[in-house]
Amino acid sequence: MAESPFKADIERVQKEYSEKMTPGAIATIPGSSVINKTGSWRVFMPEFYKDKCVRCYLCYIYCPEPAIYLDEENYPVFDYDYCKGCGICANECPTDAIIMVRETK
Amino acid sequence: MPMRKVMKANEAAAWAAKLAKPKVIAAFPITPSTLVPEKISEFVADGELDAEFIKVESEHSAISACVGASAAGVRTFTATASQGLALMHEILFIAAGMRLPIVIAVGNRSLSAPINIWNDWQDSISERDTGWMQFYAENNQEALDLILIAYKVAEDERVLLPAMVGFDAFILTHTVEPVEIPDQELVDEFLGEYEPKHAYLDPARPITQGTLAFPAHYMEARYTLWEANENAKKVIDEVFAEFEKKFGRKYQKIEEYRTEDAEIIFVTMGSLAGTVKEYVDHLREKGIKAGAAKLTVYRPFPIEEVRALAKKAKVLALLEKNVTFSVGGALFQDFSRALINESEKPVIVDFILGLGGRDVTFKDLDEALAIAQKALNGEEFDEVNWIGLRKEIL
Repeated sequence: MAESPFKADIERVQKEYSEKMTPGAIATIPGSSVINKTGSWRVFMPEFYKDKCVRCYLCYIYCPEPAIYLDEENYPVFDYDYCKGCGICANECPTDAIIMVRETK
Repeated sequence: MPMRKVMKANEAAAWAAKLAKPKVIAAFPITPSTLVPEKISEFVADGELDAEFIKVESEHSAISACVGASAAGVRTFTATASQGLALMHEILFIAAGMRLPIVIAVGNRSLSAPINIWNDWQDSISERDTGWMQFYAENNQEALDLILIAYKVAEDERVLLPAMVGFDAFILTHTVEPVEIPDQELVDEFLGEYEPKHAYLDPARPITQGTLAFPAHYMEARYTLWEANENAKKVIDEVFAEFEKKFGRKYQKIEEYRTEDAEIIFVTMGSLAGTVKEYVDHLREKGIKAGAAKLTVYRPFPIEEVRALAKKAKVLALLEKNVTFSVGGALFQDFSRALINESEKPVIVDFILGLGGRDVTFKDLDEALAIAQKALNGEEFDEVNWIGLRKEIL
């Protein structure tokens, strides 16, 4: 899996938030939303079939989170830490390379 | 030279605000504190106070505007009472949670229903768990002084909590008394220019205030609020001492009156303390060993002082103008908390009286004394007593 482009941000924010609490719990740095892993409330998750993919990038463009990156060969990679399971990628995919399946833990 | 003027507590509060030089005052009129914003708007219109006076459409907006202005980094002020304070309820938590040193003048009035515009303490007592500091004034002079003190304590770096100063509806708000207005220079020296300590909007240093906190952080945030309230106890003492040095008027968290060798001590707050002191004099003449104590500071609750007071008496008679249903009064709870684990403690008897502006007379206090004396003599007594109740119409 491709590395999250937010990795540095996440580490910076996590460090900040592990330090002492400010009076009134004010956030002194921006970027706190990257540590809110929206994948935790997912019900359906996208399942990807590489053999059907035509690399049209529609899933990559439409992902509202954005939780889809492209790997070296320009295939989509799903970041399940942030994918909230909305299913837009599967809906947009013209070749049914993405199917939504019920998530089991 | 300090100026002496005859004025109502509402005007005294407005004068205190003027002396503290807030930059934003947001207010919505409500009986009995309407005169406070009225008077301040006059000051602003006359150019005596350089501030933004915001006429809002409800108390909810008034306190919201104060939160916004305070978060932006200026001193703010507002006044309200009763249902107005209740309408502010949710924002009171936000102001305390964001640690904004806002000061509110509260004309203590009862809550509906039935609608009643007269005095009791139910409005501010109901907000005792918001994290706000609470001061109660006995007379108009105290209303003025305590607002200045409230600003000084609220803005202290160790505290950073909002504060409300209560003065009894009509008994104080609409009654004229001579009030000494301190010199502006002295007040400036005492309060200083307001410098926001941690949170204020500055384009060079962007911050987010009033953020979302996940379960991992919320509890710690609330604990810091608890800590600030604990710190406030010490800071209040320091500020009281400094105020006495500068202005010559002495304040204590619990002011005692003739408590030496007292058997029964009447404990109360606000303007009722005046009546009770008079009553204690009356009892002392008759040879009854009685004393009085007045809570100037109700939140943070002065536990240490309460314990010290309890050592001096055999019976503590709490006179309260509020009800916590099925328990008694709010003071009864707090005093119980302070004394529950003490090895030697006095008997506590709770009296609910004067609700909705009913006058508290010596006759009512006699009724309370009789029950307190029963407790003193080891006879059976009720823990919670409604005094001056018109039983014939029940």
